[in-house]
Amino acid sequence: MNYSQSVLNGDRLSLARLLTQVENDSPESRAALIELFPHTGKAHLIGVTGAPGTGKSSLVNQLALHFRKIQNKRVAIIAVDPSSPFTGGAVLGDRVRMRDLSGDTGVFIRSMATRGSLGGLAQSTANMSQVFDAAGFDIVIIETVGAGQSEVDVARLAHTTLVVEAPGLGDDIQAIKAGILEVADILVINKSDRPGVENTEKALKSMLDLAHPTERVFQHHGQLMRTSAPKQDSPSAPMWIPPIVRTVATEGKGIAELAESIAGHVAHLTQSGDWAVRDRARLEVELDALIRETLVNRFRENVPQKQVDDALERIIQRELSPWEAVKSLMNGGYK
Amino acid sequence: MTDKKIRVLVAKPGLDGHDRGAKVVARALRDAGMEVIYTGLRQTPEMIAEAALQEDVDVVGLSILSGAHMALTPRVMELLKANGQTHVKVFIGGIIPDEDLIRLKELGVAGVFGPGASTEDIIRDVRTAVEA
Repeated sequence: MNYSQSVLNGDRLSLARLLTQVENDSPESRAALIELFPHTGKAHLIGVTGAPGTGKSSLVNQLALHFRKIQNKRVAIIAVDPSSPFTGGAVLGDRVRMRDLSGDTGVFIRSMATRGSLGGLAQSTANMSQVFDAAGFDIVIIETVGAGQSEVDVARLAHTTLVVEAPGLGDDIQAIKAGILEVADILVINKSDRPGVENTEKALKSMLDLAHPTERVFQHHGQLMRTSAPKQDSPSAPMWIPPIVRTVATEGKGIAELAESIAGHVAHLTQSGDWAVRDRARLEVELDALIRETLVNRFRENVPQKQVDDALERIIQRELSPWEAVKSLMNGGYK
Repeated sequence: MTDKKIRVLVAKPGLDGHDRGAKVVARALRDAGMEVIYTGLRQTPEMIAEAALQEDVDVVGLSILSGAHMALTPRVMELLKANGQTHVKVFIGGIIPDEDLIRLKELGVAGVFGPGASTEDIIRDVRTAVEA
């Protein structure tokens, strides 16, 4: 079956089936990805990450509704949930919050399990987003696993990364830790009708001020003090300072403002040339990963498992070091 | 290349709000290594068929405790067929009177599980149906 042509023609069943093939990394999917690749590079990839329970799915639901109703864009959603490390099974529950999007053929929601990969995405998330891109979706929203502080992979994949916080989830020390907050292009405080929203916003603001110093005037022991903003490298391309947007996703509050911030970020990316920079970086990572994978496969094809096992035995006996073993296996394999 | 995972949509059509059973089954199928997409309460047959299409599932499990199974099930089956998903196996869980069992089988339902059905049986039947 030729997937790529029917996907380009807008056939939803073929699209769904191709996504499964891509997820299983089948030979058919490789062939289809090759044919679809020239049609990619048009969609705006939006990553949504943040701790569990901050309301990512509800926010994605509202954002997608906004993009559909106000901007009339076709929206694809990839919702990633964790696989069990023990059984490999998964319960994918993000659709529960996205029932408003049901019945609209301009929206396509696909749930996927991480299948053992860390970092908040699955191995094939990038390839799945390419399929949606080629299929003509204007916006691809990628919702990560809500696992915690190290889900930064999505920032490498997406053009715009939203980091979703909620009041009462941690003190200001969380905000100065490295990791997830650093990858934010836009910070969202969801559930902002809850108490503690001021503290959360203050903590995020002070974190941003440290990362992006601006000119400030303040009082210190009654004296008027002034700190000057550091000089920028190129005045023509101003730095992007992540805005903080308050939302209440379950009531649709703040969604229009959030969409505006996203549009602002897109404008910034295109004007500053960062869009091309990010595209390049992403494709470079993909190419690098493919080279590694191909080399490993080639190694496995050329070197019998027996040789690897024998080498391991000798390493365990301390007769051979791992470095020497690799050297001789590589040489033996390519004789 | 990874093995093909069995993907199951667990859905609650109609208006009853009792989803404990659906969640227990979802959890059991997960523990059996399947990927279970849970849609939540009060789904229309249209919503279920659409989700089954987008998720490219192998199995749809309908949990119905309202007595409306003879209205909801045929509609879901029709829509699956209309979408070209003829290979999808449909299972039903809930309170189903004996006289309806035959009619559901005639409709092409792969299996019906009533109160007291063991999760082992459900897992085994789902696996067998997909592999058939």
